[in-house]
Amino acid sequence: MRAFIVSRLLQLVVTMLIVSVVVFFILRLSGDPILVVAPDFFSEEQIEQMRKFWGFDRPLGEQYITFLRKAVTGDFGTSYLAKRPAMELVFERLGYSWLLAAAAAAIGLTVAVPLGILSALKRNSFLDLLITMLSSLGTAMPSFWLGLMLIIIFSVHLRLLPVFGALEPKAIIMPSVTLGVGMAARLSRMTRSAMLEVLNQDYVRTAHSKGLMQNTVVLRHALRNALIPIVTVFGLQLGWLLGGSVVVESVFSWPGLGRLMIDSISVRDNTVVQAGLIWFALSFILINYAIDVIYILLDPRIRFQ
Amino acid sequence: MDAQNIHDSKLGEIANIPERRSLPLRLLAILLKSPVGVAGSLIVTSVVILAFVGPLISPHDPMSRNIRARFQPPGFVDTKGNLYTLGNDQLGRDVLSRIIAGSRVSVLVGVVSVLISGTLGVIYGLISGFIGGILDSVLMRIVDGLLAIPFIILVIAISGVVGAGLSTLILILGFTGWITYARVIRGEVLKVREMEYVIAAYALGQSRAKVMLLHILPNVVSSAIVLAAVQVGVTILAESSLSFLGLGVKPPTVTWGLMLADGRQYINSAWWMTAFPGIAITITVLGVVFLGDWLRDLLDPNVRGRA
Repeated sequence: MRAFIVSRLLQLVVTMLIVSVVVFFILRLSGDPILVVAPDFFSEEQIEQMRKFWGFDRPLGEQYITFLRKAVTGDFGTSYLAKRPAMELVFERLGYSWLLAAAAAAIGLTVAVPLGILSALKRNSFLDLLITMLSSLGTAMPSFWLGLMLIIIFSVHLRLLPVFGALEPKAIIMPSVTLGVGMAARLSRMTRSAMLEVLNQDYVRTAHSKGLMQNTVVLRHALRNALIPIVTVFGLQLGWLLGGSVVVESVFSWPGLGRLMIDSISVRDNTVVQAGLIWFALSFILINYAIDVIYILLDPRIRFQ
Repeated sequence: MDAQNIHDSKLGEIANIPERRSLPLRLLAILLKSPVGVAGSLIVTSVVILAFVGPLISPHDPMSRNIRARFQPPGFVDTKGNLYTLGNDQLGRDVLSRIIAGSRVSVLVGVVSVLISGTLGVIYGLISGFIGGILDSVLMRIVDGLLAIPFIILVIAISGVVGAGLSTLILILGFTGWITYARVIRGEVLKVREMEYVIAAYALGQSRAKVMLLHILPNVVSSAIVLAAVQVGVTILAESSLSFLGLGVKPPTVTWGLMLADGRQYINSAWWMTAFPGIAITITVLGVVFLGDWLRDLLDPNVRGRA
């Protein structure tokens, strides 16, 4: 078990290295990064000076090594726009993003798990069909559009919730519901199929035949085993959640990392974009690593190997 | 019913349909047995037809402005008796006509990007799984790294750097979407590689290249098709998100995402500018999702119900 955790940790480091290469080169796809930020009235000489100052006159490989060496210590350079360390800007927003993601994940799980179980238990019933349809609908709907519709209903017409910002606690309701619905739609499908698979197992039949109550069988025997695939899928859907949050944060002007990214991309504040990309990847990888560890805890077959 | 039984019954269905009918007719007969398949293909066919014949059936010119008729609600009739079924936008352009015009971009982006990404992904997965060894490990670690950055964020960052526009966006979506296929196709290749018919092909003295292209490739294509159906939906959603954020297709091209960006500006007064383009996206993607579900049941019963 320890060996497994250590080997996954090594894999994590390798993955992050590749992420750093990808992030480094994406932002050089535009060609000369200095021309993007240099004001029009700058002379050749001034541009050359700027290039030297940012280190863009060095060979690409050397630039990458410098980038990596600094990135490991959390130094992503200074924001062109805010004139402050990019990491500082990211940290200011990270809390808001985590709050939103956690709220959305909580909504997703509380809606999806019971619905998925119900759907599996009443397989092929009208209820199952309805839940399946709703989950397809939730998957097909663009999350930012759902957000806009919620604004029309709850802010414009009912005047119940604020349209944007994070100034009052209830401001988180709409963005988190928006993302939570998409999450629930994706997770309920998985819960249903995971439960269906487990319900067919011999030990569930045994549990039934020894006269246990339906609830006991479902919750103690079936759900506990279905949790493993559900948790895995949850980790993978996290990518969707993080990606969706970028667009949804911009709809609701939620001051999270996603909005910072979009704002920085539009003004080509590349150091901030780099720092943001690295953080998104790191959160995704770390949470999936945590899930792998939870997986071991949930599945004694792996734990005692 | 477990996976094997489902598989058998599907095969049975195919077998039960008289052989004398041609293949397209037999496929049609199978399709008609599945309500989800029928719904999905009806929706998808309608959207594709709309994209092709849009200008012929469009009630108004999607570009023609009429300042006096701006922000007219759905069902508005002008002085000449022209009906604007879904209302007008901030420049007095007909929302329904613009939705019809926007279908073109969705279909184009969905189909072309997925063709590019599917081809690249299948090649990548095929090479990685077939050659194996160190190359496989390296290729898969690269995929891990790329998968760690959520798809839409990766696309947003690239299009922010490279610049926006319809053809650029199609290329960006095409050249990032392959990541999804690579892992799955590689897994399939690893499975198929050990099959008896592959070993038999080697025993008969076929070259590695021939085995790869003639025996392995055809057996992983069905997984690729199922995945491609899912990816068409993902791609259409990505295009609309990017255009909505101002990082995708630019005006005057009409796209559903851009319509939503306009709608957002006037969200306080003109709900129809937001509601209808979103419904168009949802129905289209739903159609693609249904079609994908049906294809998965048909082609790949073993992964039924899983992601």
